[in-house]
Amino acid sequence: MIRGAVFVVTLAVLPLLGLPHWVLNMLVFVLMFAALASAWNLVGGLTGYPSLGHAAFFGIGAYAFALLLHRQTEITDGWQPFAWLPAIGVGTALIGVPIAAIAMRTRADVFAIVTITLLFVVQTLAFNLHGLTGGAQGLSFPVAPFPADTFERPFYYVLLGLLVLAMLLTFGTLRSKVGLALATVRGDEDKARGLGIPVGGAKVLAFAVSVGLTAMVGAVWAYYQVGIIYPQFAVDPLVTIAMVLMVFLGGRGTLWGPVLGAFVLETGQQYLAYELGASQFYLIAYAMIFLLIMLFLPRGVLPSLAGRLR
Amino acid sequence: MHALVQGLILGVLTGGVYALMASGQTLVFGIMKVVNLAQGALVVLGAYLSYQLFVSYGIDPFLAIPVTAVVMFALGVGVHLAVLRPLRREDRAELSLLVTFAVALLIEGVIGVVWNTTRRSINTSYANDSWTVAGYQITVVRFAAFALSAAALGLLILLLHRTRFGRAVRATVQNPESARLLGVRAERVAALGFGLGAATAAAAGSVYGLLYPFNAGSHYDLISLLLSIVVLGGLGSIGGAIAGAMIISVSSAVVASTISPSWAPMTFFVLLLAVLLVRPQGLFGRPA
Repeated sequence: MIRGAVFVVTLAVLPLLGLPHWVLNMLVFVLMFAALASAWNLVGGLTGYPSLGHAAFFGIGAYAFALLLHRQTEITDGWQPFAWLPAIGVGTALIGVPIAAIAMRTRADVFAIVTITLLFVVQTLAFNLHGLTGGAQGLSFPVAPFPADTFERPFYYVLLGLLVLAMLLTFGTLRSKVGLALATVRGDEDKARGLGIPVGGAKVLAFAVSVGLTAMVGAVWAYYQVGIIYPQFAVDPLVTIAMVLMVFLGGRGTLWGPVLGAFVLETGQQYLAYELGASQFYLIAYAMIFLLIMLFLPRGVLPSLAGRLR
Repeated sequence: MHALVQGLILGVLTGGVYALMASGQTLVFGIMKVVNLAQGALVVLGAYLSYQLFVSYGIDPFLAIPVTAVVMFALGVGVHLAVLRPLRREDRAELSLLVTFAVALLIEGVIGVVWNTTRRSINTSYANDSWTVAGYQITVVRFAAFALSAAALGLLILLLHRTRFGRAVRATVQNPESARLLGVRAERVAALGFGLGAATAAAAGSVYGLLYPFNAGSHYDLISLLLSIVVLGGLGSIGGAIAGAMIISVSSAVVASTISPSWAPMTFFVLLLAVLLVRPQGLFGRPA
C-alpha cells in the first residue's frame, strides 16, 4: 500500500519539475504501456489465456474516440473529450464479452489464434471501410487546445489515472474470490470446473475488463496524436507484442511485473527507435530482445528474483 | 449468377494454394502442439527466394521450388533447434506462440534489410495469360498454382503414409508418449517436422509470389488466414486443413464477388467463431 502511494505520488510530481518535452513525451508512452501491460496481465497473466488480439481493442477505442470528435470543427474545453472514456471502455468491454465467451470455450492456444485473427481482421477493416474510418488516409478530428508548454500534462495524468485503475483492479482481483477462481483456471481448469468453481464467468469477466481498459488507453493515445490517426498505427501488432513482452519480462500474474516491464522495455524501445530510426534494423533488434527474454527469462524478473531470495 | 460462379472458380483455385500453406502449419501443430506464427513469414520468405532466383538467373518460380524447399527445410530445422527445442516442456505450448511470433518479426526485419520494403512481384512471360472456358476467365498462373499445390500436397500425404519417417510422425501426432515408448525419437521427428513445414512454405511461397505482389509485411495478411484455416479444419489434421482452406477461400471469394471485397476478411472470422461455437475442436479435429 505504502509502496503504491509513493509510486503514484512520485509519478504525479514528475511533470512539475520542468523536464524537457522529449522526456515528458517518453514518460507519456511509458505510462501508456504500463497501463496496457497491466490491463493485459488481467487476462494473460491471471488466467493464463494469452490474448494476442489486444491491439484490436486498442484500435477500436482509438477509432471510437476519433469518430466521436470527427464531426466537430474545434474543441473548446480540452478536458471535455476525456469524459467519453468510461463510455468507450464499457462499450468495448461489451464487445469483448461474446468474443471471450466463444474463444475461451477452447484451449489456450486456440484462444490465442482467435484473438490474433481478430487483430488482423480489425486492421483490415480499418483499412477497407473508407466510409467509416477514412481508410489509409486516416481519420481526422480537432486538435486538443492545450497550451504548447504543458501539452503533455493532461494526457500524462489521465494515463496515470488509467494505470492506477488497472493496478487497483489487479490488486483487488488478486485478493478476491474472482482472483482465486482465475488462479485455478491457470492451474488446472478442468479440475476447478469439476469442483464447482465458476471458471467460465470469471475468465470472461477478466477479458471484458481487460479489453475495456485497453480501449480507454487507445482513446487517450488517439487524442494525443494531434488530430489524425492511421490504421497501421491504431491497430498495430507491435502494440500487442509490447504488452505481452512487458508482462513476461516483469512477471506474469504479479501486480508490479507489468509496470516494471513497461518502464524497462518502453525506455529501451524509445532508445532503439532513436538510435536505429524506425528502420528494419529496429525490428530485428526488437525481435532479438523478444527471443532472448522468452528463452532466458520465461518466468519474468520479479518471480525469478523472488525464487532466488527464497 | 455469373459473378457467383466466377467467385466459386477463383475460390477453389486459390483454396488449393492456401491448403498447401496451411498443411505445414497443421503438421507442426500435430507433431509438437506448437502453433507456428512464423508460417506466414516463411511463405513470404519463400516468395522472396524464388523472386531472387527469377530476377538473377531467370529460373521459373515453379522450377525454383526444389532449390528453395531444400534451403527452407534447413532453415526450419535450424529454427527448431535454436529457439523451440530449448523451451521447457511444461510451458512450451504457450511460449512457442510468442517465440514463433518473434521469429516472424525477425524474418520480416531481415527481408526488409535485404530487399527493402517496396512491393515486389514476379512477372513471368505467362503472368497475364488466361483461358476462357464457357464464358469464365481462368488465368494460367492460378490454374498452374492450383495444380502444383495439389501435387505437393499429394507428395506430402505419400510421405506421411508410405515412409518410415511418415509413420513416426503419425504415431507422434496420435500419442506422443506411446510413440516414444515404441522407440520414436521425438526431438528428431519434431525437428524434421518443422523443417518439412518450412519446405511446404517454400513451395507455397513460390506460388504466392506468382499470384500476388508482396512485401516484408505481407505475412500479416497470411497469418490470420492460415490460423483460421487450421482451427476451422481441426488443429493437426491435414485433411482438415484442405477442407478448411476450401471453405474459407470459396466463401471469401463469393462474398468478395457478390457483396464487397471490403467485407471478405470478415468472412473467415465469422466462420471461425461459428465453427468454434458448435464444434470447438474444429471440423476434423479430435476433442482435446
